[in-house]
Amino acid sequence: MKKTYNIEVDCANCAQKMEDATKTVAGVADASVSYVTQKMKVTFADGADPEAVMKDVLKACKKVESDCEIEL
Amino acid sequence: MTKKQKKVLYRIIIAAVLLLAVILCEKLTGWSEWIFRILVLVPYFVIGYDVLNKAVHGILNRQVFDENFLMAVATVGAMLLGETTEGVAVMLFYQIGELFQGIAVGKSRRSITALMDIRPDYANIEAEDGSLEEVDPDDVAVGTVIVVQPGEKVPIDGVVVEGSSTLDTAALTGESLPREVSVGDEVISGCVNSTGLLRIRTTKEFGESTVSKILDLVENSSMKKAKAETFIAKFARVYTPAVCYSALALAVIPPVIIGLSGQGWNFSTWIFRALTFLVISCPCALVISIPLSFFGGIGGASRYGILVKGSNYLEALADAAIIAFDKTGTLTKGVFEVTSTAPVSGITSEELIDLAALAEYYSSHPAARSLKEASRETPDPSRISQEGEIAGHGVWAVIDGRKVLAGNAGLMEQEGVVYQKNEAPGTIIYVSRGGEFLGSIVISDVLKENAAEAIRLMREAGIRKTVMLTGDAQKAAAAAAEATGVDAYYAELLPADKVSRIEELLAEKKDKETLCFAGDGINDAPVLARADIGIAMGALGSDAAIEAADIVLMDDDIAKIPLAVRIARKCLRIVRENVVFAIGIKILCLILSAFGIANMWWAVFADVGVMVLAVLNAMRAMHI
Repeated sequence: MKKTYNIEVDCANCAQKMEDATKTVAGVADASVSYVTQKMKVTFADGADPEAVMKDVLKACKKVESDCEIEL
Repeated sequence: MTKKQKKVLYRIIIAAVLLLAVILCEKLTGWSEWIFRILVLVPYFVIGYDVLNKAVHGILNRQVFDENFLMAVATVGAMLLGETTEGVAVMLFYQIGELFQGIAVGKSRRSITALMDIRPDYANIEAEDGSLEEVDPDDVAVGTVIVVQPGEKVPIDGVVVEGSSTLDTAALTGESLPREVSVGDEVISGCVNSTGLLRIRTTKEFGESTVSKILDLVENSSMKKAKAETFIAKFARVYTPAVCYSALALAVIPPVIIGLSGQGWNFSTWIFRALTFLVISCPCALVISIPLSFFGGIGGASRYGILVKGSNYLEALADAAIIAFDKTGTLTKGVFEVTSTAPVSGITSEELIDLAALAEYYSSHPAARSLKEASRETPDPSRISQEGEIAGHGVWAVIDGRKVLAGNAGLMEQEGVVYQKNEAPGTIIYVSRGGEFLGSIVISDVLKENAAEAIRLMREAGIRKTVMLTGDAQKAAAAAAEATGVDAYYAELLPADKVSRIEELLAEKKDKETLCFAGDGINDAPVLARADIGIAMGALGSDAAIEAADIVLMDDDIAKIPLAVRIARKCLRIVRENVVFAIGIKILCLILSAFGIANMWWAVFADVGVMVLAVLNAMRAMHI
């Protein structure tokens, strides 16, 4: 399952770091973050609960970029 | 400017004023060095507190190569080494640069997204008292009657139930080709209603409407990353640590070597040079300018009604060397028209067409329709006393008391009419009256007016080979190939043959080159999928085509293909420029600062200046 989220991030490198961080979260099969459109596309692993996974994603992203936002 | 940016702007102004004030006071009053060093911390914290704060966070989260951390180390280090003013100023200029970048990127993003802005904001629903209510298009159920006033966008796909008007499709196709609609016609969301009031019964939900599908496609296009983007992301991951480690090496190795060789120990010069390295270590200019260039290219293309589904396809299109086409509907209009006549002497070509049209009056064959359209007057069926169809051959009719035959050569032979064979490509209709041959009419699919011009433009855009693939007869294909000037053609192909021809072409091309296939997207799906880049034409209102292809042309203008290639090539050129420029300047500054020629001011320029220039360059991708 794929879902797209609106995000808020200030620099392009930070977006890249968020993408890398998101990919390491359990339950995420693939992720793509676009700085230019301020969007994050997440492909969830089979059987994963998107809501729970996204909470971990937000936590992981906050770790690498403290003032990023993900609209859940 | 956003609120966040305004706040940074105020901080920059306050910090700059405070810094100047402190420097001025020092000059006038002759404060001791230590008072100055303490007072100058005030502007430093005003401008840098958020960077310092994030740097601490970075350390706690073990993000050592965080740009905030690196800036903090560089400026604090400079201040500890006695370069107090420089430390504060570098932080100040770093913030100015970041602000600049934020504004420039924000502006670019907005101007690109504005190109794609076809999203309708509301739909009008008529209340019982006749007043109009604006509602969110998402809330409109299928089957609701909505009102679209002149000047408004059609928000949802539907069928006209009342009124007639002209629709402007410019927002979707890039060309303002007016489209007449009246009761019973289907309308596509995203068109602008230009003249009359329309009442439309919606046939789809907003989310399933054309406009939503297109928006979804364009907005997600930057998610499919190009090779150049992936390369930069990988480079960035290596670049920052590499620069940081070389900074460390620069701070330790040269002074130790010099010290051991007995020329005195001078750590502070080398540490200062190393700190300069840290300022240059942020890869932001690269990381931002590449996707922004692609986004600009995709945005620019969408203005012409060319939808590119991802940066990777734009990248592939720039290497296009071979383009294969379907014939019917792509190079030709896909409608059959009377293209020539060969009447015997004593009869004009108009009379011949009129007679054939009348004879075919009751026929539903496509040729009959073409004849009726070519005829000067509406045929008068009262002149026909008897008529009938001869399956597989044509028709006969008794007109004004004489038997008229209209059909193929077989019909003439069967009825024993002596006729002149017509060798032109297309469908030939032979006409006779009372057993006497009157002439022949050629009906064929006509080429688009700009087909030959488009092929020429493709060659000019650097396409090495153009190939036509068609299921049509050899003769018709040869004529079309000659008229358009394609390099090669293959006729009488079944859909499966087309795929194998594409495979042959794929084997023939060189490694880096790519192959495009352009078709109408409806019965070409397997071929579109097999080619490196599938281009669907005339996709307006065809969901299947939008799904199947990598690049979608909203209208069926074949000249958009060379345009798309040119946009892609320009975009890739800009990407390369930015990569070389940004990496080049950074490496140059690294070398210069290692030798002590470039100081921290240069470093700040290398970091932010390059980024702003790269962003401005990226914006050129929008225009062709």
